[in-house]
Amino acid sequence: MPTKKQDLIDQQLQDFNNDGVDRRGFLKCMAWAGTGLVWTMSGGLPISRAFAKGYAKDAAKGGDFSFVQISDSHIGFNKPANPDVTATLQTAINKINAMSHTPDFIIHTGDLSQLSKPSEFDTLDQVLKGASAKQIYFVPGEHDMLTDNGDEYLQRFGKGTKGTGWYSFDHKGVHFVGLVNVANLKAGGMGSLGHEQLEWLEDDLKGRSHSTPIVLFAHIPLWTIYPDWGWGTDDSEQALSYVKRFGSVTVLNGHIHQIMQKVEGKVSFHTAMSTAFPQPAPGTAPSAGPMKVPADQLQRVLGITDVNYLVSGHSLAVVDSPLGASGSSASGNGGLGAVDSLLG
Amino acid sequence: MTRTNVQLASLAMPVMIAMLLLLAASQTVTAKDQPSAANAAVKIDNFVFGPQTITVPVGTTVTWTNSDDIPHTAVSTDGVFKSKVMDTDETFSYTFTKAGTYSYYCSVHPKMTGKVVVQ
Repeated sequence: MPTKKQDLIDQQLQDFNNDGVDRRGFLKCMAWAGTGLVWTMSGGLPISRAFAKGYAKDAAKGGDFSFVQISDSHIGFNKPANPDVTATLQTAINKINAMSHTPDFIIHTGDLSQLSKPSEFDTLDQVLKGASAKQIYFVPGEHDMLTDNGDEYLQRFGKGTKGTGWYSFDHKGVHFVGLVNVANLKAGGMGSLGHEQLEWLEDDLKGRSHSTPIVLFAHIPLWTIYPDWGWGTDDSEQALSYVKRFGSVTVLNGHIHQIMQKVEGKVSFHTAMSTAFPQPAPGTAPSAGPMKVPADQLQRVLGITDVNYLVSGHSLAVVDSPLGASGSSASGNGGLGAVDSLLG
Repeated sequence: MTRTNVQLASLAMPVMIAMLLLLAASQTVTAKDQPSAANAAVKIDNFVFGPQTITVPVGTTVTWTNSDDIPHTAVSTDGVFKSKVMDTDETFSYTFTKAGTYSYYCSVHPKMTGKVVVQ
C-alpha cells in the first residue's frame, strides 16, 4: 500500500508532467503546515514530509532510493554568525540518523572547512563518521583549496578522482557526476570548470542512454544566480549542453547557503542550505558574507537536503528541511520559511 | 586627592595610546630594508579591496588587511605577488620596487579585483 509520502510525491510529479506549478495544491499544502509537515519546493513544486511520523519503510520499492545532500560545513569558522559550526554539523548528522529511511549515501557539496586546515578536516571526518550512511561523496569548495592547490583535500577526500577532484559513479541506475568549479579561478570571473574537466565530462556522458537520470553536483551553482557576488559558473553552459539530451537532470549545488531552485526544460537546479551559517539573499546586503541571525533562529536557516528517487516517476524529488525542524508545528513553520524565500 | 588621581588617570590613557602608536609606527619604518620608503594600506571589507586603485611611489610597501569574517587573498594577475590566505584581521605586505600597474584579485572570490599603480 502506498504511503502518504509516496502519494504526495507521485502527485507532484504528475503535476510536473502536466503544467508546472500547481497553485491550488500548494495552497492546500500551506493549510497543513500547522500539523507538523515540513514543506519545501521541488522543481518549483511543493513537496511535503512528515518528519515526526515514521512513514513505512516499504515505500521504497524496486530501485527507489534516497540520498542526503549536506553542504558548507565551514569547520573552523568561529565568528558570531555561528560560534560552534561543529555542533550544527553534528545536529545535521543527528537529523540524518533520525530519518526513518537510511539514505544510501551522503553527498557533501563543498566548503567542508573554513581554511583547509588539517585539524578542520579531522574534525569534519570525526563528525561524519557518526552518520548512518557510511558512503560519503565529496566535491571541494573554494575554502577547501586554500593551500597547496588543494592537496590536503585531495589526499583525504578526493582519492581516485581526476584533475582537481572530479569523478562520476552509478547508483541503482542513476548516473552521478561530481564536478569541481572552485580551482584555478580567473580574475574578475565566477566559478570555473575549465577545458580539461569539460572534455572529461563530455566523454563521461557519451554513450549513455538518454533515459538515464543524471545528477550533477558541484560547489558553486552551475547556473547564474547573482554575478555581482560571483554566484555562478562561467563555463557552466558548456557543461549543461552535454546533459540536454537526457530526460531527467538534477543539479545540486551549495556555496550560497540558502535554497534556490529553477527548472529549465528537463534540468532542475537546486542549492542547499549550509550546516554552518546563512548568507543574505542576492543583493540584500553589502556583501555575501555570513549573515547574523538571532541564536534561536539559527537552526531554521541551516539544514539538509533529502533527495528521493522514485523509479515510477522517473524523476528525483528534492526535499529540504531546516535543522530546527523536528515534527512540531514550529518545525513546519521552519520549512515554510524556505518556501517563502523561494516565492519572494 | 582621589579626584586628582582620577584626572591623572584619564589623561594618562590617551598619552599612553599615543606613545604606543608612535612606537608602532617607528617600528614599522625601522623594520623595512628601505627606511625612507613609504607605507600604504589596502583594507578588505565586505568583499571589496579599498581603495580599489591605489597609487604609490616606487619603494612603497602596501599592506592588505582582511576585515571580513571570510578569508581572502591578494594575488597579482601577472604572478608578481601572491599572498597566503588571510583570515580575519590577518595581513599581507609587498614592497613595490618597480614602476608599473599591478592588477590583482582574490583567488578565492575572483570578482574581487584591485590595482596598485606604482610611479
